[in-house]
Amino acid sequence: MLWKLIREDRGGQILLAMLLLAIIAVPLLNGLPSDHPLHIPTYTVALLGKYLTLALLALSVDLVWGYLGILTLGHGAFFALGGYVMGMYLMRQIGERGVYGHPELPDFMVFLSYDSLPWYWLGFDSFWFTVIMVMLVPGVLAFVFGALAFRSRVSGVYLSIITQALTFALMLAFFRNEMGFGGNNGLTDFKDILGFSLQSRETRLGLFIASAVALMLGYLLSRYIIQSRLGRVCVAVRDAESRARFLGYRVENVKLWVFTLSAMMAGVAGALYVPQVGIINPNEFSPLNSIEVVVWVAVGGRATLYGAVVGALLINYAKTWFTTELPEVWLFALGAIFILVTLLLPRGVTGLLRRKEAV
Amino acid sequence: MTSRIIRWLLASGVLLACLAVSAGIQAQTDDQVLLEVQALLVSPNAPDKTVAIERLAQADHPRALEIYALLLDSKLYFNRADDFLYVIDNVVEGAPALALLSQETSLIERRRDYRRVAINNAQRTQIRRVMAQTGLNHERMEVRVGAVQQLMGDLDQDALTLIREAYVSETHGRVRDLMAVALAIDTLTSGDEAAQRDAISVLGGSLEPRGRVALVRYVEATDQPRLKTLAEQALVGIDQQVRFYKGLETVFFGLSMGSVLVLAAIGLAITFGVMGVINMAHGELIMIGAYTTFVIQQLMPNHIGLSVLVAVPAAFIVSGLVGIAIERGVIRFLYGRPLETLLATFGVSLVLQQAVRSIFSPLNRSVQTPEWMSGMLHFNPVFAVTWNRLYIILFCLMVFFLLLLILKRTALGLQVRAVSQNRAMARAMGVRSERVDMMTFGLGSGVAGIAGVALSQLTNVGPNLGQAYIIDSFMVVVFGGVGNIWGTLVAGMTLGVANKLMEPWAGAVLAKILVLVFIILFIQKRPRGLFPQRGRAAEG
Repeated sequence: MLWKLIREDRGGQILLAMLLLAIIAVPLLNGLPSDHPLHIPTYTVALLGKYLTLALLALSVDLVWGYLGILTLGHGAFFALGGYVMGMYLMRQIGERGVYGHPELPDFMVFLSYDSLPWYWLGFDSFWFTVIMVMLVPGVLAFVFGALAFRSRVSGVYLSIITQALTFALMLAFFRNEMGFGGNNGLTDFKDILGFSLQSRETRLGLFIASAVALMLGYLLSRYIIQSRLGRVCVAVRDAESRARFLGYRVENVKLWVFTLSAMMAGVAGALYVPQVGIINPNEFSPLNSIEVVVWVAVGGRATLYGAVVGALLINYAKTWFTTELPEVWLFALGAIFILVTLLLPRGVTGLLRRKEAV
Repeated sequence: MTSRIIRWLLASGVLLACLAVSAGIQAQTDDQVLLEVQALLVSPNAPDKTVAIERLAQADHPRALEIYALLLDSKLYFNRADDFLYVIDNVVEGAPALALLSQETSLIERRRDYRRVAINNAQRTQIRRVMAQTGLNHERMEVRVGAVQQLMGDLDQDALTLIREAYVSETHGRVRDLMAVALAIDTLTSGDEAAQRDAISVLGGSLEPRGRVALVRYVEATDQPRLKTLAEQALVGIDQQVRFYKGLETVFFGLSMGSVLVLAAIGLAITFGVMGVINMAHGELIMIGAYTTFVIQQLMPNHIGLSVLVAVPAAFIVSGLVGIAIERGVIRFLYGRPLETLLATFGVSLVLQQAVRSIFSPLNRSVQTPEWMSGMLHFNPVFAVTWNRLYIILFCLMVFFLLLLILKRTALGLQVRAVSQNRAMARAMGVRSERVDMMTFGLGSGVAGIAGVALSQLTNVGPNLGQAYIIDSFMVVVFGGVGNIWGTLVAGMTLGVANKLMEPWAGAVLAKILVLVFIILFIQKRPRGLFPQRGRAAEG
């Protein structure tokens, strides 16, 4: 059954194999003595885990942009919302170990003199509730937003601009202290997850493996969708929306479900991202982040799924390298990548490797 | 005690002698007055200082106001060694001390050498009165208004006498009105019934906040029912007017904010609206305009007033050229692929931002406001507008109508419209569409540059200037209806006013969020904006 999903997908086969290999090899190499040449420091494990969550985000963008033709400039919002939900759980886990030592309220709430938890913070001391909310919160927002937008046939550039407005509005909102999410400092100083210390090597490895597994599941799910009838309707909507509508397909429903699903995937990515970087703040909502994700997809190759993962890993590795070695050059490089990829590599880097095939 | 009297006599003697001389031959220079005042102020006797204060006023010395202010601020010191006066902010060793007469700066060697020129309360009052007196006769109207207001803060008999004297010779309406209010406030408590009635009507016709306070007090205190009703009616009238002017002020703020939005968006209305090109680097073109203003001010530091005027065409040219370069280098390969254009121009915007950061440093640069743009235009005590906001509105309208003229009345405008409506047909009619694309994009970018000049007068000029405006600009264009620059004007002004109307109860950030949410919802209802394009072009 699983094999059927990726039988004709060489890139996907390679990607999944690599991820499996990473799940086995990274913990082993991390376990080697630290002077061994193949040793992977725990710090790098966390970095790799972070890349994988960003790759999952890119995958969710490719699903809607590559196969539905919706250029979303606001997927970072769903990612950040998932992150905030996870952040709320992690804040509740701190308990009495905060600076103010309040048994229930996070530090920033004590500081802002709240006397009790706001109602929307209730329940986040339970991990399973959090897991559900990680998918539900971005999902509901995407559903409502999509229902409004797709029903009234907002499409193309207009949709791009209002998704950007959405994430911008959320950013402004989360910067407000009154929102009850820590204002511009966001949520941070996390201590542990499910009782395991976030600083420990084992937890880092666990999070890395969880990210890799989530990416694999996300990939298979995306493949499942695009191989199904729904997927073929998606491509039809992308290539000729009016024709698909006239043929009797409920275009807005197709768009809505895939868009919502993609937002939930982005939410999961955000939830895995936050414990690995240790902070979530309103800057994650910034429109720049969302546009960057689109570029990862474009660089990797749109409408390939595995291309999105490749693009995300490549650019994020480049970003890490540039910002430590040549910080001034990074924006020049990123800008140049934007321009060159759109002008010269419409099929992305993986397009260079692929034989000419129908996309 | 005796020594004091002797000293005082001596000082007064010197003074009298000097007075005689000055009255006699009028040959005494300002410097001599200053020397004399210095000698008096250094003296440990309080009456000497009173004389010194009087002396400065009598001589109508050009530095009198400066010295008074220094005395009130306790910044005047004297050196016990040379008995000279020094201006010192902070008496610590190594701090600078500015000699009052010679204007030379030296460094404080020992704290103990310097003693503050202390004045008592009576002298403070004296100084304030003298300052007010000088102020009441000052040639600039604003200074006279300030002087009256100063006196109204503490309305004693002295102050009233001063105002009454000045009222006779005063010619400017605003100053007269203010003085009348001051006198009426006094009459309200001291005059007989008829005078009180007059005073109420004077105060009722004025919006001066102090007059209103006086009326409120009067209503509480008076025991004459007829006058009380009269005063209450006057208060109702004042409050209505104040509310009206507050509303007017909000609308004005909204319009000036809307003008900024329109200025930022109008270039986009051309490139996005007319050409259908999503230019994410639009904000950076605005930023380039702002930096052009900065560079021009650096080039002509002595002509700040002129530099802004020079910057307008310069910014148009610089941003226009950059825009043409972007069009030729990137966008022309991507026509008909709006989403790819969006990404590529976003790349351009990152490069431009970083370029500015590398050239001008990542810090904000300050652009000076020319004198003719600062200050207020005063309508009445509760309604005054700053000149720079007023100029922004006028400037925005000017740019808008100029652009409208270009699009509707010139050959280029005709060709632009032709190409945007039907490219193939326009080409068939002999329009060089490539050239038109280039020129249109250059025009839109140049207008963005002009917007940058205006913004440089309002906000900080930094590498992030453009990013702050790009989303707003898109909102305005989309809200107004793509391809319609009238729509942009209406949308920008509407959003500006709506924002300012909501600010008092929602706060600036929440108001902005609400406006964004409103636009998102509005686009659901009317996907083509306020003024949608009709006909075939709309289907594209």
